[in-house]
Amino acid sequence: MEDAASPEQVISCEKLSKTYQNRIVAVDRLDLTVFKGEILGLLGPNGAGKTTTVGMLTTLVVPTSGKASVAGLDVVAHPEMVKQIIGVVSQVNNLDRALTVWENLYYHGLFFGMSAKASRRAADRLLVEFRLQDRARADVNTISGGMARRLQVARALLHGPSVLFLDEPTAGLDPQTRLTLWEILRDLHSQRQTILLTTHYMEEADSVCDRLAIMDHGHMLALDTPTKLKESAGADSVITIASEGSIDELEQMVRRSLGEMAQIRRVDGHLQLNVRATTGVVPKLLAAAEDAGLSISDLNVSKPTLETVFIKLTGKELHD
Amino acid sequence: MSAAEMTGRVIRPAGQASRAAFAALLLRDLNVLRKNFGIFAARTLIQPFLLVFVFLYVFPQIGEGIGGSARGGLGAFATVLVAGVVGLSIMFQGIQAVALPLANEFGYTKEIEDRVLAPLPVSLVAIGKVVAGAVQGLIAALIVFPIASVVHAVGVHPDLSIDWPVLVTLIPISCIMTSGLGLILGTRISPRNISVMFGFIVLPMTFLGGTYYPWTTLSAIKLGPVPWLQSLVCLNPLIYVTEGFRAALTTAPHMPLYVIYPVMLSFCALFLVLGCRGFRQRVIG
Repeated sequence: MEDAASPEQVISCEKLSKTYQNRIVAVDRLDLTVFKGEILGLLGPNGAGKTTTVGMLTTLVVPTSGKASVAGLDVVAHPEMVKQIIGVVSQVNNLDRALTVWENLYYHGLFFGMSAKASRRAADRLLVEFRLQDRARADVNTISGGMARRLQVARALLHGPSVLFLDEPTAGLDPQTRLTLWEILRDLHSQRQTILLTTHYMEEADSVCDRLAIMDHGHMLALDTPTKLKESAGADSVITIASEGSIDELEQMVRRSLGEMAQIRRVDGHLQLNVRATTGVVPKLLAAAEDAGLSISDLNVSKPTLETVFIKLTGKELHD
Repeated sequence: MSAAEMTGRVIRPAGQASRAAFAALLLRDLNVLRKNFGIFAARTLIQPFLLVFVFLYVFPQIGEGIGGSARGGLGAFATVLVAGVVGLSIMFQGIQAVALPLANEFGYTKEIEDRVLAPLPVSLVAIGKVVAGAVQGLIAALIVFPIASVVHAVGVHPDLSIDWPVLVTLIPISCIMTSGLGLILGTRISPRNISVMFGFIVLPMTFLGGTYYPWTTLSAIKLGPVPWLQSLVCLNPLIYVTEGFRAALTTAPHMPLYVIYPVMLSFCALFLVLGCRGFRQRVIG
């Protein structure tokens, strides 16, 4: 009997690991479950193991140990079956250069065993949905980067996959195109399409994903909703402060004036203070700086972001 | 709960899905061939046309005695060249239809990824490339043969006598063997090194592949008692193709068929195994 309340698992990884031949441990004992209809983001810097994780789940990378399954099918034992129910959008434009925009969709459908008629219909429908119908007959070499990415997403969806994988979907796209793609992902989400995406953009992770797995050096450091992750930063506000003089003097000054009220961290030449209550903190800092004869060059108060969370977890910034 | 219930769609057995995907891959390649047939025909024709034009039309007119007039003159050389030209054209399809596109797809565009993610074993994607390349080799042979047997100076005629059983079996074996070689080259050579491939692999194979001379005549070149060149060129897969066509199309002396067939079939097997292995290594991490 099916329990209606329990969410369906689409992806499940148990202690999934990958060590490459050069002994680099790309992914280390990853436990992860993706549920039907959610957008789960793997967030982390380059080299965190996100692409390798997607590679293992899409059958292109063979795990060194551990287990991974999609819709209950083991990815190592049944790659030809797993491939039928996944759609993959790669980081790079890997459209078929010898075919037109429409043919890229049509032949993809045939690869997945759709009849010529069904594939033709699906191609026509997706071209309209992704606003590419004017370029249907165009050579894929002649379309813009944004169109190419939309076509890649359309192609990955054509055979009706249970889960869509997107590896750095907006890397290298201009801001406008990035917004368009986020809009597409939200539409898919409203249709209960399960999506696993990787990103190193905080804003993308925050605004698109239901849950986030923060990764670094092959390890998963945290897994939760963006809101809960930000709450876990243990601060109501984040103050960044920098001075003209030495950072040591600045840090001493901050410790003297705020004491236990703030967690202090040095990040790239400035200090980051995680504080519980904001009231009165800034005047206090400014007064202390004046007393110490320090000239403040930068002072900024903000809500905790995923960046704050990442710094708390790893002690470093997540650079673009 | 089964996978099908979970996903709300039917997941077909691996064998059934693989067959459909394999057929679709071939259909895609044939569609690309159809769209570019003009360029395909032109690039297939240009080399044999020039060869035949220079050797069998220009040289006789300017009085250059090529081909050993002692053994029957230009007519005999035309006979030698027909087999060589057909073999060479098939080999170039293996390079142009398989090796060059694959080198680019692996190196620059990564477009192979979508086909690798189709629901079939990765090795079958590689085999599909070989089959499509072999079909192009076959069409090339059909295009080239008439030119090689027709374009000559007045008075120069190849002496052709077609052995159909040999021809019909040899053409597909040659096409698969050379496409298999294309698969190996395409998976191992980066786009940057394509000129190196032409310089150090394709060119020596062409010149030492029995295109311009029958293998049997090489026995005259000796170092002491050893016919070294005749032995050396046995390493070249092309020699079996050109000698095979010599057997199939002419009455001229040629390498024995009981050597040609087993060696070519062994090369086919070797190239396919190594090519599929190389392909898997490039695709699967």
